[in-house]
Amino acid sequence: MYTFVSGPLVWIAFIVFAGGMIYQFLSMLKMAKKDKVVLPYMSLKYGLRSLLHWLIPFASKNMRMRYETTLVTFAFHICLVLLPIFLTAHVVMFSASWGLHWVTVSEKAADWLTVLVIFAAIFFLVRRWMLPEVRFVTSASDYVLLAVVAAPFVTGFIAHRQWFDYETMVVIHMISGAAMLMAIPFTRLSHMLFFPFTRAYMGSEFGAVRHARDW
Amino acid sequence: MGLPAEMLPEIPVVSDPGLDRNAENLTKGQIAEVINRVIDRETAARFRIYLNTCVHCGLCSDACHWFLSNDRDPRFSPVGKVKQTLWEILKKKGRVDADFLKECSRIAQTECNGCRKCSMYCPFGVDIAYLLFVVRRICYQLTIVPQFLQDTVNSHAATMNQMWVKQDEWVDTLQWQEEDARSEIVTARIPLDKEGADVFYSVIAPEPKILAQLIGNIAQIMAVAKVDWTMPSQDGWDNSNMAMFAGDFEIMGRVERAHHEAALKLKAKRIVMGECGHAFRGAVYDGPKWLGWREPPVPVIHAVDFYHELITSGRIKIARKFEEPVTLQEPCNIVRGRGLGTKLREVIQATCADFRPPPEPDFEHNYCCGAGGGVINCGPPWKTSRVKGNSVKAEQLAATKAHIVITPCHNCHAGIEDIISGYKLGMHVRFLIEILMQVMEIPDELKAE
Ligand code: SF4
Ligand code: SF4
Repeated sequence: MYTFVSGPLVWIAFIVFAGGMIYQFLSMLKMAKKDKVVLPYMSLKYGLRSLLHWLIPFASKNMRMRYETTLVTFAFHICLVLLPIFLTAHVVMFSASWGLHWVTVSEKAADWLTVLVIFAAIFFLVRRWMLPEVRFVTSASDYVLLAVVAAPFVTGFIAHRQWFDYETMVVIHMISGAAMLMAIPFTRLSHMLFFPFTRAYMGSEFGAVRHARDW
Repeated sequence: MGLPAEMLPEIPVVSDPGLDRNAENLTKGQIAEVINRVIDRETAARFRIYLNTCVHCGLCSDACHWFLSNDRDPRFSPVGKVKQTLWEILKKKGRVDADFLKECSRIAQTECNGCRKCSMYCPFGVDIAYLLFVVRRICYQLTIVPQFLQDTVNSHAATMNQMWVKQDEWVDTLQWQEEDARSEIVTARIPLDKEGADVFYSVIAPEPKILAQLIGNIAQIMAVAKVDWTMPSQDGWDNSNMAMFAGDFEIMGRVERAHHEAALKLKAKRIVMGECGHAFRGAVYDGPKWLGWREPPVPVIHAVDFYHELITSGRIKIARKFEEPVTLQEPCNIVRGRGLGTKLREVIQATCADFRPPPEPDFEHNYCCGAGGGVINCGPPWKTSRVKGNSVKAEQLAATKAHIVITPCHNCHAGIEDIISGYKLGMHVRFLIEILMQVMEIPDELKAE
């Protein structure tokens, strides 16, 4: 089992992830060509201007109106992307198979950042439950997606602490990691891919056509 | 803890023959056919990507004056409106019934002003107004359109203007207004069909119909500023567009084309539009988009921009400032939609002595007047919900303690009047041109008697 999840499964996950992203990107491009207003209105300048404002914490008005959500959201997303890449255990595996290596975060820092991700996930869960306007638009899939994203972190944390059976935990960790990667292109997690484009489009329309800001 | 949907207060039932009677004969088969046609053939990238990207976070809610004014009722939040309409439609693959469609029409037509503030609050820039316009489009194709709104669309279709103004009435009104203007300023004229003029001036149909003095006013301003201008005697003079809001994009396209072509035919250098926001949106964004033009063929500017130009260039001088305390309603379609917020304030500061800017949210973040997006054109049956849906605006206006609310937009004008009377604010609404008329210096040689 371990050899499968640490070998072929990782490959499958990466291939599905990359292939899925490329597929989604190309089909978005195809649709955008059909949608006669999208491409003509896209403007590099205004698109980037808007993206910049939405990538800097508190640069847009709505982010300032919701301090806690903004902080947690940024922390969550940054850790979500960087932690798996710079985790010593992951880098070691890469260097073992391909001889590649890069900088890593210290074990201790990694531990804390993982806890941060888990807390952020709990925050989102509670938020979904507590705020009427969020709860109203929440369906089962929203909980599932949150669980899919949180699972690799929870299991990774447990495995690292060697709670329960280490071997099993690592296998579960790897499966959940693979599941998350594969889910990204085909669920609402694809906002990872679409975010720059939707925001840039809105920024272009507001900036180039409407001469106004969108943050 | 959040209220489950079933515990929310009931939304009062409004009877509107445009919804009730037209829904009677619809079959599920017809409905599914139309829905799938609109979704498959007319929507494209934006529709799918917006729906697949929305993470149901509810962050767009705080943008919406409907949500804020209805005690943060989640059914009025932007994403909540999409959930109650499109999500359901897509889940059922269009197999929904006529009663459900009536709900869709109520939500998309009467409880969203298409003000697009929510796309400035959604991290992804999901354009909820566009999504709800798709819902409007579907409802329109199934004839589920509020009666009063449909009436104005019919008027556009039959007469090329919003208010059944007939050809002879139009020219007649202009002549009458020209006479009126000349009784004040000897050189005032309303030049019709003049080729190659610097300015092609267009108005919305309610001006000749019920507010004709506004046309007389502009004639006086043009005379004082010595502007080379014209108005068309034929179709194309009405720049308003309710078809755009009803989801009847075919008529919308015809109306916009007629407006731009009238200016092109007269070889005008640019179009100056009277004080209306939705008309500006139609002429500058929605119309051209539908017609496949990136930009309008003749440059278009809004009255606010024009007044600003006249004042800053010194073509119009201010004799004395308007004394009463004034505040401002910032029309979505020219402030969020054209970035005219600063110019608008500069014009007010140049003309008024006691300007009290509205408290936050202001500029691009303003609250919509509640009337735009065709909502006020849905008519009296929906007035109560519309006024209730904008208590935040009433609070904002009241906080300024001004006596006059300046609204450089016809929709805002009507909507703010309703809010003022609904919440007993004791204020009055004025167009910018009315203020300008009072404060403008009229050189002695131009004065009639
Ligand atoms: S009224 Fe404005 S903020 Fe509210 S849903 Fe419609 S477009 Fe969005
Ligand atoms: S439209 Fe945007 S802000 Fe609103 S729920 Fe969806 S993702 Fe969140």
